[in-house]
Amino acid sequence: MFKFPKIALLLALCLTSLTAFAQSTKYPGIGRDATAKEVTAWDIDVRPDFKGLPAGSGSVAKGQDVWETKCAQCHGIFGESNEVFSPLIGGTTAADIKTGRVANLTRADYPGRTTIMKVASVSTLWDYINRAMPWTNPKTLTTEEVYAVTGFMLNLAGIVPDDFVLSNKNIAEVQKRMPNRNGMTTAHAMWPGKEFGNAVKPDTQNVICMTNCVTEPKLASFLPDFARNAHGNLSEQNRIVGQQKGADTTRPEGNTDKSSATPNTSATTPPLATKSTDSKSDNKAVLALLSKNVCTACHGIDKKIVGPGLTEIAKKYPGKVDYLAVKIKAGGSGVWGAIPMPAQDISEADAKIIANWLANGAPK
Amino acid sequence: MIDQLNDSGRVIKAPENFLTPTDVKTVFAEGKQGRRDFIRRAFAAASTATVAGAAAVSAPAAWAQSNPIPSEGGDPNILNLPEHATGLGQGVATEGYGKPSKFESNLQRRQSPGLTQTTQASVSFAPLQSLFGIVTPSGLHFERHHQGWWDIDPSKHRFMINGMVKKAKVFTMDEIMRLPSVSRFHFIECGANTAVDWGNVAVPTVQYTHGMLSCSEFTGVPLITLLELAGADLKNGKFLLAEGGDGSSMTRTIPMSLITSGEVLVAYGQNGEMLRPENGYPLRLVVPGTQGVSWVKYLRRVEVGDQPYAAKDEAIHYIDLQPSGLHRQYASIQECKSVVTTPSGGQVLLDKGFYNITGLAWSGKGKIKRVDVSTDGGRNWRQARLETPVLSKALSRFNLDWIWNGKPAIIQSRAQDETAYVQPMYKQLRDVRGTRSIYHNNAIQSWLVQENGEVKNVQVS
Repeated sequence: MFKFPKIALLLALCLTSLTAFAQSTKYPGIGRDATAKEVTAWDIDVRPDFKGLPAGSGSVAKGQDVWETKCAQCHGIFGESNEVFSPLIGGTTAADIKTGRVANLTRADYPGRTTIMKVASVSTLWDYINRAMPWTNPKTLTTEEVYAVTGFMLNLAGIVPDDFVLSNKNIAEVQKRMPNRNGMTTAHAMWPGKEFGNAVKPDTQNVICMTNCVTEPKLASFLPDFARNAHGNLSEQNRIVGQQKGADTTRPEGNTDKSSATPNTSATTPPLATKSTDSKSDNKAVLALLSKNVCTACHGIDKKIVGPGLTEIAKKYPGKVDYLAVKIKAGGSGVWGAIPMPAQDISEADAKIIANWLANGAPK
Repeated sequence: MIDQLNDSGRVIKAPENFLTPTDVKTVFAEGKQGRRDFIRRAFAAASTATVAGAAAVSAPAAWAQSNPIPSEGGDPNILNLPEHATGLGQGVATEGYGKPSKFESNLQRRQSPGLTQTTQASVSFAPLQSLFGIVTPSGLHFERHHQGWWDIDPSKHRFMINGMVKKAKVFTMDEIMRLPSVSRFHFIECGANTAVDWGNVAVPTVQYTHGMLSCSEFTGVPLITLLELAGADLKNGKFLLAEGGDGSSMTRTIPMSLITSGEVLVAYGQNGEMLRPENGYPLRLVVPGTQGVSWVKYLRRVEVGDQPYAAKDEAIHYIDLQPSGLHRQYASIQECKSVVTTPSGGQVLLDKGFYNITGLAWSGKGKIKRVDVSTDGGRNWRQARLETPVLSKALSRFNLDWIWNGKPAIIQSRAQDETAYVQPMYKQLRDVRGTRSIYHNNAIQSWLVQENGEVKNVQVS
């Protein structure tokens, strides 16, 4: 009566430890099995053979709506924008869709490369939009929206017609019309391993030569004088002691005042890049807020990127704290141009601080 | 970051952007005419001096003394005792986490003006011109973000393994840090390092030409250990996808051969402390010898599969355009490369006399075997001293004694790795890859030391 439960308890303990031992390997107690729910939440990648592609569909027409509200700010109405990112659409032809090679890629004089000129696999476009777009709110599109936007881009590039509905059922057919589908090669020696089956020699075979190696070195390219200070004063980008100093690029070349950089004359010290840490800290906090809320993705401090520069806004609305706070949250279009600013998910408090700062002239 | 933000509003366009085609022609024309004669004349003198260079080390040449005795009979820095010799200094733990001297504030990682339109999809370059040895201070490590950086709570970070495995697994940071760890020095270089100089010279200093390069001691667990815990099918699973947990969710196909060899690490440590947030805190992949984009930051998941993945950053970006119009895909290895960091572009040599030419060499295929240095534009070479340690797929530091006679000199370095591969000249590289590849420019770099002491980024033919 008394003993029996004790034995049962012992037995139970043995069974538990046995089970645990059977599941462990070299490192007992480390890691656990992932649940199906967890794997589904994270395993979002889509391969070129469409493994991982969720079932669904989206129309070109719906894609246009999504594009104009969530994509056009950065990529332009027709995917042509070069303001924030490289253009997405352009440079491909109906002939490319037939051959699967984008002819413009062979032209050394062609000015740029759009995404649609480069991408070989339509799965990549789908996966890119699904995992990383919109840039400031990645992974917020529905599966239908991802199909729709992908379809809209393919339509802009003339790959699918206006009334097309892209789906998991027809995407393999679309792949056969990708303009650069035959444009990739793995025939190089820069992949470690033999998975691509092409262990070839390196591209170049330079040799070690020690004397009279090249006939006569000639200068083929150098930075023009007008670009001298384009990267800022280089004297402020080198250590103030050492075997060399940075060139003072605020002066023309050859006018370097050597005496001012001589290490042992205490009267003159080589320039030190300065960071202000004084009473401007409030303004710095606002600048950090702007960055945190991704305002600066579209608004430069002084210059227009997609939306107007912040100092331009400040000039237009001095003292108008309440108006600015509302606009920051609500967005709008038509005041500075046609491209709309979407409504922002920003706290009331942050919006107020930024509005105050703008109304005070956006001081730095 | 705030300073960058300030700058982003009023950038001066980089030269690569404001060079019109006409300007480019002018530059080339000048290069061919005016400057060529200047250089040719200079070399007549410079090369004889270099040949005699070794002898000149002991010769009592009449070089200007760089630290002359002042007229008052002594250096005031010696004669007048400064405050720090006559007062009381600061106490312990004034700074709970110490910072560099205030006199070192010129050493900053910097953006190349006009290179990118935003700071969140951008790059900052490490100040190689002022660094010593092979380790990059963590705060100066170059940055490349595709959708901004985050400071992630490590107690909430999880790592998952799925795909062709017996059991999909999840791990906490606590669990990963309980496993046997290794610490190894490796370089990380962006595939686009030196990209702006593919066609012609575009930026002034080594920070901007080669600064997407850093080297750290990384601590972590070999990925193979974790794959074995999950029972990965290493026979049929020939590829591995690594995925980040941030907004961009960087995905890259990782070579299985580097995983089975034990080289690929799931790393949390960098130079004795945790990874910096800008470099993937709390967990990143370390894939020695391959371009930085494969070293996925904020690592949340790996998937074992039987096919490559053609992810966004290996099917749209990070593909190398060849003259044929084909793009090379899955070009991952950073081939053998080197650069002289002193003297280098934008620096000024103040006097003639002795200098220590110093620089960095590295190879994605193993150890550096030797480095040669030329001071006459590649005509004659001398073997440099390789300093210890010389480690596989890490930066190696080289040094060479040099006496500058005040004449123009073109400084180059040429590295060879343990596979016997020799770093190529620009012409050799362009003959195969053209000038539009963007990625994987490992050509020999040239720096022109002018008579006025100012050093310039140049290319020779």
